Amino acid sequence: MNIRHHLDEATLMSYAAGSLSQAMALVAACHLSMCPECRARAQASESIGGMLLEGLDPVDISDDALDAVLAAIDKEPEVVEIIREPVRTESDVPMPLADYIGGSLDTIEWKRIVPGVWYYDLPCHTKGVSRLLRIAPGKAMLPHTHDGNELTLVLRGSFSDEIGRFAAGDIADLDDQIEHQPLVDSEEDCICLVATDAPLKFTTLLGRIMQPVTGF
Amino acid sequence: MENKPPGEDVEKVVALNADTTSQMDWSAILTQLAETQDKKLYITLFRHFAPKVKAYIIRLGLVETTAEELMQETMLTVWRKAHLYNRSKAAASTWIFTLARNQSIDWMRRQKYPEYELEEWTPDPDDSDRGEQSVTADRMARAVQSLPENQAQVIYMSFYEGRSHSEISSRLGIPLGSVKSRLRLASEKLKTIWRAEV
Ligand SMILES: [Zn+2]
Repeated sequence: MNIRHHLDEATLMSYAAGSLSQAMALVAACHLSMCPECRARAQASESIGGMLLEGLDPVDISDDALDAVLAAIDKEPEVVEIIREPVRTESDVPMPLADYIGGSLDTIEWKRIVPGVWYYDLPCHTKGVSRLLRIAPGKAMLPHTHDGNELTLVLRGSFSDEIGRFAAGDIADLDDQIEHQPLVDSEEDCICLVATDAPLKFTTLLGRIMQPVTGF
Repeated sequence: MENKPPGEDVEKVVALNADTTSQMDWSAILTQLAETQDKKLYITLFRHFAPKVKAYIIRLGLVETTAEELMQETMLTVWRKAHLYNRSKAAASTWIFTLARNQSIDWMRRQKYPEYELEEWTPDPDDSDRGEQSVTADRMARAVQSLPENQAQVIYMSFYEGRSHSEISSRLGIPLGSVKSRLRLASEKLKTIWRAEV
C-alpha cells in the first residue's frame, strides 16, 4: 500500500492522549493499522504520555489495593505465551473497524442519500458524524465546510479534491479552514470512513435540503 | 472536570519531578516479569506505578473510588498482558500509560477506545542493551519544562484532561487552528528529543 496522505501531527497527539472523540479515534486507529509510518509517529506521541505518567506525583491508594490485585492474579489461569498473530485476511476492512461492521465491506446495508451516494452510520457514542460513505464513479460528495475537524479515510477506490488524489489507505485530515468537494475518480465505487467532531455545514442548496434527511 | 478552569494546573506540569525516573530501569523489570512471572517483580512495579496510574485517572476527572477501581483493573492488566510488552517499542511507563488510558476511556464511554493493530511480535536479539528508554522519560520531563507555557498547556489539556481540539479551543478562546499549531510545535520539540534518545 502506497500511502501519500497521513494523519496531522495534532490529530496523532490527541489520539495518543486519548482525547479524540470515539469516531475520530476509530478513523485514526484504522489509518494507523494500515500505515507503518504513522504507527511509528503514534508510538513517539504515546511516549509523551508515558513521560507525563512518570512525572505525576503519586497519590494514596487503598491499603488493600496490592492484596486485592494479587488475589485477583491468583485466580487468573496460568499465563500462556500468546504471540498475537495479526489477522491478515484479504479483507479491506481495517481491524479497528471490523469491531463495528465485521470483516467485509460487501455485506453492509447501505442507505441511499441521492443517486450514486450511500451511507451507513456506525454505532459510535459520539457528538459528530461517524459513518461509511459509498460514492459511485464520477459522483461527488456534497460540498461542505465544518466547524471542527474532519477525518476521511479511503478504504476502496479513490477520490480527488482541491488538495490532491486520495486512494486506499490515504487519510484526509482537515479542519474548518477548508471547503472541499471530493469527486470520485476510480472505476469502482469509492468507500470512505468519515468522522467529524461537529456537524457539517453544507454550502449548496441541495446540501441544505438534504441535511435534515442525512442527519449530518 | 467541567468546572476546572482551563490549564489550572499548568505549573504542576512544568514542575515535573525530573529525578524520579532515573534510578530504576522499569522497562527491564517489566520484560523480566514477562519472562519469569515473578510476583516480587510485579510488586515492585505495582508500588511504583499504581499511585501514578491512580493520579492520572483522577486528573481525567473521575472520582476517587472509580479511580481506585480502574487503577486496580489497569494494574491487573499489566500482569495479564506482560507477555505482549516489547521494550524495543515502548518504555514501561508508555505501555502502562496506554493501558490506563484505554481502561479509563472504555469506562467513561462504555465503548472500547479504538486501538491500532499490534505489530507482529518478534523477540529483539539486541534486547540486552536497551536500557535507554528510562533515560528518555527523564530527558522528556526536562523537555516539557522547556516548552513555552502555551504549548505545555495544550499538551496538559490533551493528556491530563482528555480534551479535544474543539474543547481546548472554546476553553482558551483561541481558534481551532491555533490549538492544532501549538500541539504540532510542542510535538515537534518533544519528538526531536525522543528520537535523539532512541
Ligand atoms: Zn500515515
